[in-house]
Amino acid sequence: MGFLTLQNVSKGYGANGGRTEVLRDINLDVERGEFVAIVGFSGAGKTTLISLIAGLIKPDSGSLTLNNSEITEPGPDRGVVFQNYSLLPWLSVFENILLAVESVNPNWPAEKKKQHVEKYIAMVSLTPARDKKPRELSGGMRQRVSVARALAMDPQILLLDEPLSALDALTRATLQDEISRIWLEDKKTVVLITNDPDEGIYLADRIIPLSAGPGATLGPAIAIDIPRPRDRKELNHIPRFKEIRRQVIEFMLHCKSSQSTAISRKLVLPDIEPEDLAIPRAALGGRTKPIRRSEIKHVEVDA
Amino acid sequence: MNEAVSKVEPVVEKAPSLPPKAPARVHREMDERLRELFSSIGAPLISFAVFLLVWSQVAAHVKVNFGSIPGPVAVWQQTEVLWNTHWAERKKETAFYQELAKRRANFLAKNPGQTFPDIKYSGPPTYFDQICTSLETVFTGFLIGSLIAVPVGIICGLSRGFFNAVNPFIQIFKPVSPLAWLPIVMIMVSALYNPPHPWFEKAFLSSAITVAMCSLWPTLINTALGVASIDKDYLNVARVLKLGWWKQVWKIVLPASLPYIFTGLRLSLGVGWMVLIAAEMLAQNPGLGKFIWDMFQNGSSDTLAQIMVAVFTIGFIGFVLDRLMLVLQRLVTYDAKAI
Repeated sequence: MGFLTLQNVSKGYGANGGRTEVLRDINLDVERGEFVAIVGFSGAGKTTLISLIAGLIKPDSGSLTLNNSEITEPGPDRGVVFQNYSLLPWLSVFENILLAVESVNPNWPAEKKKQHVEKYIAMVSLTPARDKKPRELSGGMRQRVSVARALAMDPQILLLDEPLSALDALTRATLQDEISRIWLEDKKTVVLITNDPDEGIYLADRIIPLSAGPGATLGPAIAIDIPRPRDRKELNHIPRFKEIRRQVIEFMLHCKSSQSTAISRKLVLPDIEPEDLAIPRAALGGRTKPIRRSEIKHVEVDA
Repeated sequence: MNEAVSKVEPVVEKAPSLPPKAPARVHREMDERLRELFSSIGAPLISFAVFLLVWSQVAAHVKVNFGSIPGPVAVWQQTEVLWNTHWAERKKETAFYQELAKRRANFLAKNPGQTFPDIKYSGPPTYFDQICTSLETVFTGFLIGSLIAVPVGIICGLSRGFFNAVNPFIQIFKPVSPLAWLPIVMIMVSALYNPPHPWFEKAFLSSAITVAMCSLWPTLINTALGVASIDKDYLNVARVLKLGWWKQVWKIVLPASLPYIFTGLRLSLGVGWMVLIAAEMLAQNPGLGKFIWDMFQNGSSDTLAQIMVAVFTIGFIGFVLDRLMLVLQRLVTYDAKAI
């Protein structure tokens, strides 16, 4: 049994009648210290999956366990980096991280908390922006603060919910390198949710595609046996990289096409046609009630 | 006919030689700036002048039982009268206390060991004393109202059930006029507030409580709205960090809804200031409301002019209070885009 285990987890939204199932029969095993990437289309239910692991929402069925204890509510043992940073705009970088540190280690002396916060600000290379407010920072810097905040809580597992999807390509690449470096430093267990297969393959030990929703489920896991540290430029020329990428994309495209063409319900149109006011009544045989479309074809109308 | 027309040479107007482009543009920019300056400073000046003109004309022609309505000049004169009375009264007061000190010294020199009675100056409050009383009253009422409205609003925003329980009362009591509250408040105050050494006058307390009851609604509703519409992400952060209820309110809910709360407070202070005048008239709290009422009872042309001074004073103070709240709002809240 793994460190983080999901067994037959399903989750849907809405009332009984118009209920849509977002996730169906999710099974996942993550080992301690492993970096797992989950790739999926937007709207496939990726954020729902991370919210389930974070404990922000409860599954309809199935069980989630972390380190052999059931996940029932959110807690600081799971550091979450949200897609839209979720920094508190009235607090500075330092204060945002301090809030997290204080809630996890309320009994530390003030000096220790301060040093701890500063260590993590330095880790994401934001020391010069220590006292800035989030709105004074660029998107990439904000996401670094968010990562630092999650790491400073010293969680057992780090959950990254599309952390880089709102950033431009260059910042994205820089932050990918940074995440890779930080992970190599302290080997935390990481679950990364992303919509970019390349990002997943570059960063993770294992990549798992998520099929298209509704009722999305996890596809076969693919181990990324490319040695670290990985070089972004050379990665594109490694045949194994191409192979993994092809497999992931193929699975995703396959389930997308099989989903989108399946029409669940056929609409039956009523077989009536409104009477045209320009058509003389006599031409229609003097009938006043609506006539069936199948009948009107036989009526001759003078222009 | 046709020929004649065809013979007429078409008049080709020679294009006037254009001046060099750059000066033209500078000229146009200057023009624009002048126009802007005019509309921002000139327009209000003109409207003010028109207002004074219309006022003085109307005043000259409307006859009432004690002569005519005071015009701008009369009102300005009465402003000076009020100002001079204030300083004359202050002078009398200092003279009184100096005299008192002298007498006390004499008395104590003649009768050592005895106590000299503590006498207070009992001259009438001047116009500026009354302004101060009004401000004290409105701020006391506003403070009482806010201390009730903000916590209740926060709980309303956090708990749907609590909001549903409180909402009918908000809807019913919000439109009640201060004049309806005041008799009830006055009776309650005179029944319940009878300490041996009262800190406040009863009239002051009644006016302040009435102000509080009428002004707390905008703050309450805005706070509830602000708390209910907090970005869900912030609350998720609180949940992930497992903040306790108090810490969540203090660290997340309150700062996140401060812009809304301050909008509410601004509205509340405006309402409170408006309500205060009516409350003071009826409760006879020695503020601007009582001043207006007394001047109305006097019923002379001069006192009518003094009422008009009071109207302008009330308007001006209301404006300043609103600006003060805005400055405070900008200082305290994270979103500096408030208008």
